[in-house]
Parts: sequence; structure tokens; C-alpha cells
Amino acid sequence: MDDIPPIVEIRDLKKSYRRGDHVVPVLENITFDIQRGEFVALMGPSGSGKSTLLNLIAGIDKVDAGSIRVGSIEITELSETELAHWRATHVGFVFQFYNLIPVLTAFENVELPLHLIQMTGKDRREHVKMALRLVNLSDRIEHYPGQLSGGEQQRVAIARAMVTDPTILVADEPTGDLDRASAEEVLELMNRLNRESGMTVIMVTHDPRAAQKAQRIIRLEKGLLNHAHIETSL
Amino acid sequence: MVIPFSYSFRNLWTRRLTTILTAGGMALVVFVFAAMLMLAAGLQQTLVETGSPDNVVVIRKGAVSEVQSGLGRQQVSVIETDPDIAVGPTGDKLVAREVVVLISLPKRDRDKPANVVIRGIAAASVSMRPQVRLIEGRFPKAGSAEIMAGLSIAQRFKGGGIGEALRFGMRDWRIVGIFDAGKTGFNSEIWGDVDQMMQAFRRPVYSSVIFRLSDSQAFPAVKSRLETDPRLTVEAKRETRYYRDQSEMMATFLRVMGISLTVIFSLGAIIGAMITMYAAVSNRTSEIGTLRALGFQRRNILLAFLMESLLLGFIGGCVGLFFASFMQLFTVSTMNFQTFSELAFSFTLTFDIVFQALGFSLIMGLLGGVLPAVRASRMKIVDALRAA
Amino acid sequence: MLILKLLFRNAFRHKLRATLTILGVTIAILAFGLLRTVVSAWYAGVEASSASRLVTRNAISLIFPLPLAYKDKIRQIEGVRTVSYGTWFGGVYKEEKNFFPNLAVDAQSFMKIYPEFMLSDDEFRAFLKDRKGFVAGRKLVEKFKWKPGDTVTLKGLIFPGDWDFVLRGVYRGRDKTVDESQFLFHWDYLNERIKDKMTSWANQVGFYMIDVNRPDLAAEVSLAIDETFKNSLAETLTETEKAFQLSFISMTEVIVLAIQLVSFVIIFIIMAVVANAMAMTTRERIGEYAVLKTMGFGGWHILALILGESLVITLAGGTLGVILTYPAAAIFGQKMSNFFPIFNVEIKTVYLALIAALMVGVIAAVVPTRSAIRIRIADGLRRIG
Repeated sequence: MDDIPPIVEIRDLKKSYRRGDHVVPVLENITFDIQRGEFVALMGPSGSGKSTLLNLIAGIDKVDAGSIRVGSIEITELSETELAHWRATHVGFVFQFYNLIPVLTAFENVELPLHLIQMTGKDRREHVKMALRLVNLSDRIEHYPGQLSGGEQQRVAIARAMVTDPTILVADEPTGDLDRASAEEVLELMNRLNRESGMTVIMVTHDPRAAQKAQRIIRLEKGLLNHAHIETSL
Repeated sequence: MVIPFSYSFRNLWTRRLTTILTAGGMALVVFVFAAMLMLAAGLQQTLVETGSPDNVVVIRKGAVSEVQSGLGRQQVSVIETDPDIAVGPTGDKLVAREVVVLISLPKRDRDKPANVVIRGIAAASVSMRPQVRLIEGRFPKAGSAEIMAGLSIAQRFKGGGIGEALRFGMRDWRIVGIFDAGKTGFNSEIWGDVDQMMQAFRRPVYSSVIFRLSDSQAFPAVKSRLETDPRLTVEAKRETRYYRDQSEMMATFLRVMGISLTVIFSLGAIIGAMITMYAAVSNRTSEIGTLRALGFQRRNILLAFLMESLLLGFIGGCVGLFFASFMQLFTVSTMNFQTFSELAFSFTLTFDIVFQALGFSLIMGLLGGVLPAVRASRMKIVDALRAA
Repeated sequence: MLILKLLFRNAFRHKLRATLTILGVTIAILAFGLLRTVVSAWYAGVEASSASRLVTRNAISLIFPLPLAYKDKIRQIEGVRTVSYGTWFGGVYKEEKNFFPNLAVDAQSFMKIYPEFMLSDDEFRAFLKDRKGFVAGRKLVEKFKWKPGDTVTLKGLIFPGDWDFVLRGVYRGRDKTVDESQFLFHWDYLNERIKDKMTSWANQVGFYMIDVNRPDLAAEVSLAIDETFKNSLAETLTETEKAFQLSFISMTEVIVLAIQLVSFVIIFIIMAVVANAMAMTTRERIGEYAVLKTMGFGGWHILALILGESLVITLAGGTLGVILTYPAAAIFGQKMSNFFPIFNVEIKTVYLALIAALMVGVIAAVVPTRSAIRIRIADGLRRIG
């Protein structure tokens, strides 16, 4: 495990927000690694900065100081255009409220990120079908999100996240809006993707049961890593 | 278009009421715009087609139209000796002395009178105007009180139909023929024998001399010859130019009114589009965040929203044009400001107008959508996502 | 009142949308006001005409003259107080676009018939003494910056040649409806010059203006005049000045009609815009309306809220539009002074504009109100989350 470099390397990360006149620090001196193929859960009370940390790793927010390397790319040095392109090819997103485009069918939603990559229409369709098979949703693909249940929508979202074959899969409270059964389904799916495809999964959650599915739990408190509480499970 | 076109299109479809109202406002603006252009085009077409570039109209210098012009017999004789006058198939010169007056006639549908042109013609007058075709009856006999009426007169004015009679100059004149002059202004005229007319109206002078050039290129030389001749005080114009000048004031008026109205109206429609698109952006804020998170660039977002408002404009443009095209069924008859005479013309839809109207509608869509689209593209991803 | 405060705050909750909507209504009402003013300017001549003045012209059409000899016969007709005459000169000052009415008239009788053209005695006398003299309206003199004593040359189009005139007096209109852009000179001067050259116009006049003793005599005097000259070489057509002006307008009726139609179209356009804005606003706030219903507010309250908001917007825009109509009309009137010598905003226009704004506000609130009233509380509340 030591010869393969970590997939995510974070060093001395600092991030604060401006609220009117004050500057509110959110993350202070965050340093840690995530190994390739790990399933990591970020936990912490509300206001601890866990979502902010996730956003920074995923490249949708900018750090104030520090470095984030994903793969071998220092993403803090990328321009906005480069960052967008990087996200398209390296990051898969899953949101708490699914965030599917309501006017596109399930199929088209999954296909959407592929428009950012040079690919023929035929190849795109193949990729989409594969992604949908992965999440066990080969029927109902012509339905609009409004016609699908919460669990189905989230599975479409996961397919969308996977379809570009990303380096990391990032999930922000993926089960927050789901009932018990669907939540279990979704977590099991993410687990399977992690085990079978070796996908690195970084998940933010406040649900301890969801966190159990992860191999490692990283806790944040008031913007600082709580090293004493880094748990590992298998 | 990295973000598929169907995204923009379907978003319009989903919010149907809003789309209908916004595009509807634009359609009304395009309708007015196109109708005004069609009117000006119809007017110009009527007056430009009323004439042949090979014919020359000679009137008194300074007179703006035949009605104001007076040419004495001596002057007319001099003009008729010009060497560049064409000779017709029968061996006669293609030249005609004409007299033009305005009389007040009541219209058929209501009693309101309008000024109608009466033209006293000579034998060559008809052959020089090939646009004029006899469609009913026959030509009036020379030396008689017979007259023929243009189609528009026959349809719109009391006593203008075949077999009917009009009274003026203390005589009764019988309509023995109806002619159709297509879209030209001749359709609003009544023609009869020039000498009879001069007698009836007690005019000792002619209004104009019309002749056909034997060589159309010779016009500049002919014009300068006539205008510098010391025996004459005349002005010579090509017939097409003469009629075009007569519509100048009206065409300008229509154009100016049309454009100023359209500009004001379009402001209303553009504001409507802006309100709609700003609302669309604000309702889809989290969607915008998602798209950016997935890797779409700012310009992709900008284009997608711009496409939506361009579509709104385009739909409005098509609907507006569709309804405007029905205006072609209507004919407008009004008094020409310059000549004080009745003029009938219709709305004419040309390809140019179609392009202009559609182009205009796209510009409205663009102007209405650009600011909201820019706002959408400039959102910070994390703020947009948070606004779910 | 709380409701009023709530209405205002709600209307401006979304400042950008409120501003845009008000702006749209302002522009539409402004356009409406301008168009209606154009229509009333078209009819200005009619408004300014008198019911006790008659116009007599050649029955064939305006381009044919009447003999001067008719004057005495007309004067003898019962009911006639004053007879004047004139000819439309139709000359051009420098360029054709400097259009203004110029007429050769019989000065004494003409000014008697037109008391609304106010001229000082001194100026009138100076005008009478100079056969080349002319009198012009204040607006015209100001436009071309003429001073008394200046020589002004008109190019004759109907009566060819260059004609010199000397400014002897400037008349003012008695009120706003009087045309102050006319140019009047002596008919004798015209006749003198063209007598030999244009024999068909020698001792002929373009029209007669007749003042009757009482307005109710107008009809019978008109008939009497026309009867007198029936079956003569130049038959006459006599009508009141008002009817005469109307006949001109009827010839361009179509255009006036079109402008009136178009002024309504703009109202429809803005109705669509405001209705759209209200529909969107209501849709976004549907949750709040559900909450209000939960608290016990009924359909009428909801209606009042939505309607009130809509009216705040449209009346604000309408008022602004009306206020702006005045300066806009002043500018427009100046640019188009050739076409419209009189260009005033009528009070009627202001009322119509405000009513239009009110109507737009009401209609724009109709559909959103229906959906807001009908919303089931549960559905509405769900939408807040």
C-alpha cells in the first residue's frame, strides 16, 4: 500500500467565509490523505465544515491556503476553466436532494456529463446503458425524475456520477432525504461500487448507520480534525 | 451547444403559461413591426410599379405633380418634336398629351367623399402603359363622353361600375370599360378623352406630356435638352421616378411611425422577456449549481439560457409573422399626403420583411435574455447549490 | 393600514422584478398617451373650427377655383354676416420639408371672420398698407426667427416663380387650440401677378369663408348658397368649417384608425407582461398563501393581497407614464410640427391612460388569484419545504 501514492493528499488546508464584516473561519490546518479505493466518511456536527471540506476536494470551492492533490494534480492551481474540465473527468457527484435535471429523462440525466467529453453518440449511449446496469435501473430510464421515487432518483444520480469513470466519487448526505429501505439500498450500492470497481468514495454524513458502511471515519469539529476519533473499520 | 438544445426547449415547454405570455407579447410586437413594413412595401410597390422606366413624364417646372402642372399648346408642340421619341408598330409616335384633375366622389360603403384622379388620355396613352389591361367592356371612343374606370374605382366608388355614370363638369359620363392595372396606382384613376376633359373642366392647358424613349439610355440627354430649351419651362422625369417621388412623404411617414412605434413596443416585450428569464434563473439556481459541479463551463450555462430566450423570441416572431401575413387580405385606401388624391394599396409580404421580422424577434430575445443569462453564469457554485 | 403596508412590501420584495415591471408599464402607458395625442392632433383642425363659419368651394374638387364675382351674390343671401375669400398658395420656403400653410386672403374680411387670430391694430394697419405684406402666426415666426420688416421669399409651386413678402404682423392664438403656424398675404397681390400669365386663375378664388349670424342658420345658408350657383359654370359645395375639416380626416381615416388600434395593442402587450410577472410571483409564494389559509384567512383576503400587489405595480407605472407623457409630447410635437401644428395632451387621454393601467392590474391578477384561492393547504405547505 505504501508504493501506491494516496489518491487525495491534503496539506494545511484553510478556508473561511466572509459574512458582512466578519470573517468566519471554517477549516483550519486540515492535513490528511485518502488512499486509492478507500471508502471514507466525513462526520461532524453541523457547522463543523465537513461539507465545505468535501466541496474543496471536489473542486467546486476555492481554498484560502493549503494544497489539495487529487491523483497527481494540484487542483488549487487550476484556473476555473481547467477546474471545470477536471471535475467533468475526475469527479462524480451525488447530492442529498439528487439534483437531477427535471426536464431530462433518467437516461438523458445520466448522459449529460458525457457531453463534456469527446465521444460519439453511439459511445455515449453505451456508457449510459452500462452505468444504468451498474445501479440496476435498466427499466424506467425514459421516465422523468418527477415520475421516480426518491430511491430511484438517487440511483440515477449515482449512475450519472459513475458514467464518466471518475477518479473519486463524492457524496454529500446521499441518504439524507431517503426512507430507511431506500437509504439502505443506496448505501449498499455505493459499497458495492467501492468493493467491485475499486472506486474511491468520500461521503459526508451525519447518520452513524450510514457511516458504518465506510472503512474509515474522519471526524471534524469546529473546522479541525479530531484525530483522536479517527476510526477505522473493515 | 454542449448543454443539449432539448434542455432549453423543454424548460420553455414545462412553464407553458409563462412561455405563452412572454412569446405572445413578442408576437404582438413583431406583428405591428411586420405590418408596418408590409404597408410601406405595399405603398412603394404600388407607386413604383406604376410606371415604366422607358416612359418619360414632362410637367411644368416647379410643379410637384401633374395636378399642379400646366403646359400650354405651344410648349406641348415643341416637346412632341423631340427626336428621341419612340415610334410604335403602327408608325405613330408614342407620345400623349394628358390632362389630370382631381374630382370629389362619394365612396360606395359610406357617403364620405374622396379625391379621385381623372386622366384625359390620348391614343398612345394605353399602349405606353402595358400594365393596364381591359377586363370588362371596351375602350372609350375618342371624342365622346365615355370613360373607363380602374378596378379600385369600380369597386369602391358610387357610379364607378360598368354601365354606371358619373356627373362632373356639367355633363354625364358613362363608364364603358373597366381596366385592371395590377398593383399600380392607375387602378385608382378614371380615364377618358383628353380634349373632352379639357373642355368640360375649362382647362386651356394640358397637365403633362408622356412619351416612350426609343433608347432608354438616352434619357439624360433628353432630360437636359428639354430642361434647357428656352422655349420650355419644364421638368422631365422617368415615369418610375416620378411616381416614386410622389410616395416619398407617405412612405417616410409610415416608416418613421412604424419604426418609432416598434422601438417603444419592443422595449415592453424585452422587459417581459427579462422578467421571465430572471425568474427562470432564480428558480433553477440549484440546477445551475449542479451543472457547474458536473463540469459545465460558465459559457455553457450562459449559452443555454440565452438559447431559451432566443427561442422565446423566435416563437414570438413566427407567430407574429403568421398573423401579419393575413393582413395581405386587406387593402388600404387613403389620401396620398403629397398629391391629395386617393390611393389604394395593400400589405405586401416580401422575403426581406420575413428576415427582418425574424431577425428583430431574435434580437428582442437576445436583449431580454442576456443579462439574466450572465447572472446565471456568474453564480458561485456553492451558493447556487445551497439555494435548493 | 397593515394590509397596505403588506401590499407595498410584497410588491417590492423582489426589487428587480418590481422595477422591471413598473418600467414596462411606464413605457406602455407613455406610448399609449403619445399615440392618443397623435390621434387628437389629427382632429385638431376639427376641434378648432367654428360652427358658425362656412366654407364654399368648387363642387368638382378643391383644385378648381370659383369666380370672384360670386362674392356679391353670396353677401346678399339672408343670414350671411361677412364674406371672405382666399386661395391656397402652397408655396415652399427654402426647402420642401419646411411645410406650413400659406394662403392669399382678403385681409379685412378674413381677420373679421377669424377673431381667434389676435393681431394688434398697428400691425394690422401696417399689413393693410403694404400690398406685399404678410402676417404669420407666432409659432411660425419663432421657428424661422423672422422679424417685422424682414423680406421672406416663397417659391410658388402652383403659381410659379419666386414671391417676396414683407413681415408686417405676428398673430397669437386666442387659446391653445388655434393654429399659430399660418402665413397670410394679400389675395390682390397674387391676382395682380398671375392675371396675365395664368388666365384660368385670373379673378378666381380658391374658396369662400362665410360667417353666419347664428350657428343654427348654418344649414339653410349652405343650401341657399349652393342653390344660387347650381347649373352655373362653377357649381359650389358649401359646408360648415367643421364638416370641411372632417372630410379631410375621413380621407386619411384608415391611418388614424390604424394608430388607434395600435395604441390598444400596446396595452395588450403590457398586460401579457404584467400577468406573467404576477403569475410567477404567485406561484413562488403559493406556500405563503397556504400558510395564510391555515391561519384562517379566506379567499377574499388572498384576492385582496394579489390584486393589491398587482395594482401597486400598474398604478405606479401608469402614474409615471402619464407624468412623462407631457415632456415626451412636447418633444414629439416640436419634431413633427410640420405635420401637427397643434399637439396638446388632452385630459381625456390622461383618464384613459390611468384606466388602462387599472385594467391591466386587475386582469393580470385574475388567473393567479384563482390558483391561489384554490390551493389546498396541504399541497401549498408542502411547497414551502
